[in-house]
Amino acid sequence: MLSRVGESIYWMARYIERAENVARIMDANYHMILDLPSGVDEQWEPLVVTTGDEERFKELYAEFTRENVVKFLTFDPRNPNSILSCLQAARENARSVREWISSDMWQQVNSFYLMLKDASRRDGSIELPHEFFVEIMLASHLFVGLSENTMTHGEGWEFARLGRMLERADKTARIIDVKYFILLPSVEYVGMPYDHIQWAAILRSASAFEMYRKRYGQIAPDQIIEFLLLDTEFPRAIHHCLITAEQALRNISGTKRGLFTNPAEKALGRLLADFDYTQLEEIKMYGLHEFIDSLQTRLNHIGSTIHETFFALPLAPAAAPSQPTE
Amino acid sequence: MRFDDYDTGGFYDEMFDAEGRPRPGNEAVVNRFSELSLDELRTRQQAAEKALLKMGITFSVYGDEQGTERIFPFDIVPRIIPHGEWVGIEAGLKQRVQALNLFIDDVYHGQKIVKDGLIPAELIHSASGFRRECLGLDPPGGVWCHITGTDLVRGGDGRFYVLEDNLRCPSGVSYVLENRVVMKRSFPRAFDAARVLPVADYPNRLLTLLQNLASRHGAKPVVAVWTPGIYNSAYFEHSFLAQQMGIELVEGRDLVCVDDRVMMRTTSGLKPVDVLYRRIDDDFIDPEVFRADSMLGVPGLMRAYRAGNLALANAPGTGVADDKAVYAYVPAMIRYYLDEDPILDNVETFLCRREKDLRHVLANLDKLVVKKVGESGGYGMLVGPHATAEERAAYADQVKADPRNFIAQPTLSLSRVPTLIDDHFEGRHVDLRPYILYGKDIYVMPGGLTRVALKRGSLVVNSSQGGGSKDTWVVAGGGQGQGGAPC
Repeated sequence: MLSRVGESIYWMARYIERAENVARIMDANYHMILDLPSGVDEQWEPLVVTTGDEERFKELYAEFTRENVVKFLTFDPRNPNSILSCLQAARENARSVREWISSDMWQQVNSFYLMLKDASRRDGSIELPHEFFVEIMLASHLFVGLSENTMTHGEGWEFARLGRMLERADKTARIIDVKYFILLPSVEYVGMPYDHIQWAAILRSASAFEMYRKRYGQIAPDQIIEFLLLDTEFPRAIHHCLITAEQALRNISGTKRGLFTNPAEKALGRLLADFDYTQLEEIKMYGLHEFIDSLQTRLNHIGSTIHETFFALPLAPAAAPSQPTE
Repeated sequence: MRFDDYDTGGFYDEMFDAEGRPRPGNEAVVNRFSELSLDELRTRQQAAEKALLKMGITFSVYGDEQGTERIFPFDIVPRIIPHGEWVGIEAGLKQRVQALNLFIDDVYHGQKIVKDGLIPAELIHSASGFRRECLGLDPPGGVWCHITGTDLVRGGDGRFYVLEDNLRCPSGVSYVLENRVVMKRSFPRAFDAARVLPVADYPNRLLTLLQNLASRHGAKPVVAVWTPGIYNSAYFEHSFLAQQMGIELVEGRDLVCVDDRVMMRTTSGLKPVDVLYRRIDDDFIDPEVFRADSMLGVPGLMRAYRAGNLALANAPGTGVADDKAVYAYVPAMIRYYLDEDPILDNVETFLCRREKDLRHVLANLDKLVVKKVGESGGYGMLVGPHATAEERAAYADQVKADPRNFIAQPTLSLSRVPTLIDDHFEGRHVDLRPYILYGKDIYVMPGGLTRVALKRGSLVVNSSQGGGSKDTWVVAGGGQGQGGAPC
């Protein structure tokens, strides 16, 4: 497979996943606000912090109002991580690999983008936010389902899966970090319904509410953290994402479990091994924020090793490997 | 919606004869369309356009900052050619492509045709598509122009004429294939009743042709479509064809030349490429040989080509036969190389390099269409009758400054086809571009791309200038006066 093609498929999947996550945290926030007691301010700033675009937001807008944040995260073309920008990027990537993905997948990315583009023309205000964000999440699920069922599960598909899982791990980590950070100082609310509502919102931000309930029953912060970080079966839990990403990577190179043949496999394998043998108590001892900070650094490092291993072949012919590495 | 008020306007109409009767082969479609209400037709037109947009069948418009993509406007009324008539066109195209290929081979070898005094040497050597670097080259099987998209027009006399040969990188075939998909979906009954010859096997034929060009035997050859990139106006088509053929779509940056072999950069190292269907001009393919400032090309590619390690379709240098002044000599080439009379005629062409022709052209600018010999796509031309006196004067200055660079043709009264405009049918001028594949034998796609000038009275069908397209149906049967099947 062409390096450029592998890279485009990887980023196409990442951008779709990113768009879906942004829609989900906004939807969860809208829900939470409706349940807040009167007199409690709506919180929109954490959403921007979650996506990591605080600085850019402050350059463009004066206040973290609902209107500004929703506009910034949904339609603003100046924000490269707005849903619209993500879909534009996903579509540009898909366009350059149309001969690799199935026609159904291409049509889905294309319609998905056109849907957002249309909505952005209607002056940017969203009449029924829940419906709108659900539509976005469903469009993303449809895309993933089409990838699953209409594309050969070969190298290209594995690159898509790899991109999707790494993006998801990163976003779940951000959701936990930001919310936890914001929840902690509000000790006066602990044990009150409001606290409960916020923790439930965290779970909803990761579509994890019901699955968590089945597993643990009561809403308890420690168990929520444990579920979102360490569960191996819940599809948005970070541990699960890492297991799947590592499988994808090994399928691409054909390397057996326990071995590595390139820096990407080494970095990801090592991170996964840490997750395999980590317990919640250890994370708390280390500090949750510090743990997530280090996790994100390592995810970024994995991203760059993937780039170096598969996508950035040396430009000068003399330096190019004469034999395939396989 | 009925055609009762339809006015052929004194032009040759593809669907109705001068008395307003459906021409042979058109009856089924006329009947079926007459049964449908305006609302139904409009709904289907909109559904068709929506489908094309969803499939992403768009082209980008140069000079538009947003990089806007538009769908190539599509009209639902098909353009119909009875098979009996098509047979003649097909034979004429085969004959022409065969002669053109012999001409190109001659240009880069002995230039017998020059020595025998049929074409001036200077005309060939000054053609912008002539590549000195290709002298003496022998492409596989002696074929230079593997893919051709000849532009035909039908004049007021009801005869088809060749307008341009398009031997370099003709585009548009993807529209033919996708238009057909949409038409089958939108008008299954009319389609069924008309018994239309299929076009869907084109990608497979193209793939076979390309694979046969590979010099490596035994192993499955690696064939790729080479695109300038996603910002090229025909990018959709490049990726569509790669997808339909199941082969790689590469850009220059994916390729590198090592030891006279072209390789592509893959996720598991470099892999050799055997055949490139290049959708990129000669000028840009190899900065070592052609334009040194090309960012799209692959240094060393021509060395691989000369060494026989790489095949290119079409072969470099093919464009010499695309020159509009060389075009004027094609009927002579057919007689010279094949010893046959041309089946399809040229449009009468005045070469401004000839003193006598130049005087005639300058004196009749208001009646003629004047074109630059090296341009295509409707760029750089003057449609005399539609131009202002100032535009003509300015153009005349250009012609006088460089007569070799211009030719002129009479303004043709192109045939028309009914087209759905707002709430009724109006005649619109059309041309026809069939696609011809030259491999082990010559194949002509039945039908081709019918381009339609959507502006009332306009003769310019190019997509960049307000043109659209229609599906072209070559319908089975002799088509000589007998009725079609009932709807």
